Amino acid sequence: MELLKIDHIEKYYGSRSSLTKAIDDISLSIAEGEFTAIMGASGSGKTTLLNVISTIDRVTAGHIFLEKTDITELKGKELNKFRRDKLGFIFQDFNLLDTLTAYENIALALTIKRLGFKEIDEAVNRVVAQLEITDVLQKYPYQMSGGQKQRVASARAIVTSPKLVLADEPTGALDSKSAKLLLERFSFLNRENKATILMVTHDSFTASYARRVVFIKDGKVFSELSRGDNTRKQFFDRIIDVVTLLGGDVSDAL
Amino acid sequence: MLFKLTVSNIKKSLRDYAVYFFTLIIGVSIFYVFNAIESQTAYLNVSRDTREVIKIINKILSGVSVFVAVVLGLLIVYASRFLMKRRNREFALYLTLGMSKSRISLLLLTETVMIGAGSLVAGLLIGAGLSQVSSALVASLFEADMSEYHFNISQSAIVKTLIYFGIMYLVVMLFNTVMIGRRKLIDLMNAGKRSEELKVKNPVVCVIMFMIAAAALGFAYYMVGWRTTELEESTFFTYIAIGCVSTFLIFRSVSGLMLRIFMSAKSVYYKGLGSFTFRQLSSKVNTMVFSMTLICLMLFVTICALCSAFTIRNSLNRVLNECCPADYQAVMSMYYNGEEYMVLDYIPLDDEKIYEEAGIDPEDYFEEYALTRAVYDSSLNYEGFYGEYLDELLALDDDDSDGGLDLQEEPLISITDYNKLMEIYGREKETLGENEYFELCNVKKSEVPRNYMLKKGKEITAFGVTLKPKYDECINGVIELFDSYNNVGVTVVPDSVAAKAEAGVYYLTGNFNTDDKQKISSYIQKLSSEAPNPVLSALNKEYEKYDDQSIGFTYYAVTKRQFGEANIGIKALVTFLGLYVGVVFLITSGAVLALRSLSDASDSIGRYEMLRKIGADERDIDHSLFLQTVMFFALPLLLAIFHSLFGMKFAYFFLGMYGVTAIIPSILMTGGIILFIFGGYFLITYICSRLIIKSEIR
Ligand SMILES: Nc1ncnc2c1ncn2[C@@H]1O[C@H](COP(=O)(O)OP(=O)(O)O)[C@@H](O)[C@H]1O
Ligand SMILES: [Mg+2]
Repeated sequence: MELLKIDHIEKYYGSRSSLTKAIDDISLSIAEGEFTAIMGASGSGKTTLLNVISTIDRVTAGHIFLEKTDITELKGKELNKFRRDKLGFIFQDFNLLDTLTAYENIALALTIKRLGFKEIDEAVNRVVAQLEITDVLQKYPYQMSGGQKQRVASARAIVTSPKLVLADEPTGALDSKSAKLLLERFSFLNRENKATILMVTHDSFTASYARRVVFIKDGKVFSELSRGDNTRKQFFDRIIDVVTLLGGDVSDAL
Repeated sequence: MLFKLTVSNIKKSLRDYAVYFFTLIIGVSIFYVFNAIESQTAYLNVSRDTREVIKIINKILSGVSVFVAVVLGLLIVYASRFLMKRRNREFALYLTLGMSKSRISLLLLTETVMIGAGSLVAGLLIGAGLSQVSSALVASLFEADMSEYHFNISQSAIVKTLIYFGIMYLVVMLFNTVMIGRRKLIDLMNAGKRSEELKVKNPVVCVIMFMIAAAALGFAYYMVGWRTTELEESTFFTYIAIGCVSTFLIFRSVSGLMLRIFMSAKSVYYKGLGSFTFRQLSSKVNTMVFSMTLICLMLFVTICALCSAFTIRNSLNRVLNECCPADYQAVMSMYYNGEEYMVLDYIPLDDEKIYEEAGIDPEDYFEEYALTRAVYDSSLNYEGFYGEYLDELLALDDDDSDGGLDLQEEPLISITDYNKLMEIYGREKETLGENEYFELCNVKKSEVPRNYMLKKGKEITAFGVTLKPKYDECINGVIELFDSYNNVGVTVVPDSVAAKAEAGVYYLTGNFNTDDKQKISSYIQKLSSEAPNPVLSALNKEYEKYDDQSIGFTYYAVTKRQFGEANIGIKALVTFLGLYVGVVFLITSGAVLALRSLSDASDSIGRYEMLRKIGADERDIDHSLFLQTVMFFALPLLLAIFHSLFGMKFAYFFLGMYGVTAIIPSILMTGGIILFIFGGYFLITYICSRLIIKSEIR
């Protein structure tokens, strides 16, 4: 079933004299339960795309539907409510509150929905088990490793059981071992919890964990790959091929 | 180039600097206003005595100005250092771009000079404006007519302000230069990165620490508030020290304590942005325990100073009317001296004749007057007066009535003389049966034993006549005029009893027959007891008749006006001191809290952005910010108010002789001033913080 429908969106930055087309007519459809990666070189418009989907930024033209709601039409309070109830965010730089413990950081996503403590506690304990971070719950961000922080941030993103989890370069600040651990958790969540995940990355290895990869270049969709029955390794090789085709080495760009 | 860079720098950190600049301006203007009082009083049309008082007040104020300058100086150094720290990375950038340290120092110097000059000019302008308003206040404080209005600019105050603040800014410049010179580039670069180490404290330790601090405070409160009479200077300062240390410990432990409480009230903590709000606040409090302590103590001093000042002000008039219900009283007596100036026995005087000989006809001066006397029965001394009750009273004698039993000989006055005085005082007259008496008193500690005896129906024997009490408690009243409550006891007896005494102390009491200030001045000149005085010479003539070295005589006169003028001085002094110190402490505390809050807000922009991204309501975010700011300002204020409850109990013990009345208006006025200044800082802080964290996403 279709969850997210992106319909001919455009996003321009700057004034009339110096116009940047960050997104130049993108249409995309994402089904429920899909694990999608968006790949592209630096400046290709990945973050912009994610920002307009997450309603952090506004499109210049076009529409985005999430379950029949046109989110480009939402305003003020509805926006906050939409983000709170329907979306989960994971950022490259974790974006945890440094004054709160891991537990409190995760719980925050639920407390702003004004749930009772019992419910909150149950939900938090469930996700921390899935993300294997039970032993860091009482720690503060500065006491955790990058991988732990990102898993805590992921826990916060999924604890509300959002319709759509958005991740912007989630492995960008992690070493390869932590990245692998995190991505395996993503796959697990996608498999077991049927979580719909949309992940932005410039890294082929990271992208190879997704079931589907959309390549964008200069604000346009360039091509698309589906993993099908491939092993992760085979899928990775196919991705590399497209990246080579895209020209330029995306891996060393951020 | 340098100038341009400076201007753009100041502009860039304007948000941070606004509160600093604002505080400097207020500081300068307050400093000017209080130092301009001297020149304002020069224009006042007041009596010679008041002029002397004004001189003393101005001396005290200029002494206090030094103290105020030190406080403001410390504030300025603190604030500029604080703002500096926030800009370390900016300096690092300049250094990496190849700017030399001396050049950066020069940059800072220009900056300080510009801020200093700007604040001085603005502050003096505002101060000059304010002092036009305050001169009316000054005139009314000294009860002088504001017949002619002078627009006045006090040059000396301007010069003084320039010098004092010039020195302060110089110190700041030195500080900054030294700081930049000593820091290494790498430190500057890392200054912003090193996230403030979050000292996570063990909640259990905090709870224990809080309990100990609270217990110590309770003990100090008890000793100061309830054992006031046992205090000695050294122990008093020990309790003050205990109070300060406990305050420090309370601020150190309060967030841990709260965390402990929240851990058992999870549904409150995990509701909305509850946990975020609390953590933000506690990290702020934890990193400035020492400042919080100082702020709390300053607020405490402010509350006590303002409250005492207003209490004294409000009480003085009332007390004066109560204790000095007539315009004039002269007292004379002649007696045989005993050891240590003890009066052995009075010698009869014909007061009417003495005044006549002195050429003073009371009819010329008074609308109504009375010649009365107080007599003494030597058997009514300490033992004789308290009689069989002495032991009980001594047992009863706790701290509250300390010294209340002191008595040499009880003064007695006849009911007729009493009623003559009451006529003049405008008080109720009394009747008395042949075997009755009643007592007058207006001092608490003397009232206690007297009422105790009167309730038991104590009989006294005066000049051989046994008398029963008419009332079972003392009447609140006076015979002798004074400026505060000092009537420790007078007994009113039937005429027949008082008549048995040959001699006593003679009083001439009256109300002047005019309201004209000039005329009253001339009356007082003639009637005052200052030598040369016709009454004194008449008395002296009488004295010479006896030719006896053991005889002495006394003559003195008091006027309500003289008491009133002394009060003017006290009232003006306490008002100025209270306001000066209070306002300066308030802006100091307000500024420190505001600076800290604002810088915290700009450090937290990212956190608020994140909250919005995960979908927190704008209303919840506002609410959280409001709570943080309120609690941050309220925490030291609340503890200070708590301290003040006991501090004022202590103060009122000493203000007792002024008669503590009108407490509520004093509290309201104090509250009003605090609300205005401290509340003003709070409001500015909240509004600016809101602007700072305002949404950057749509
Ligand atoms: N706020 C902005 N203002 C102006 N241009 C922007 C802004 N954000 C992004 N851009 C431009 O839009 C293009 C896409 O940026 P972005 O979406 O961040 O790329 P990516 O995340 O793929 O690296 C870039 O050319 C960038 O310079
Ligand atoms: Mg990006």
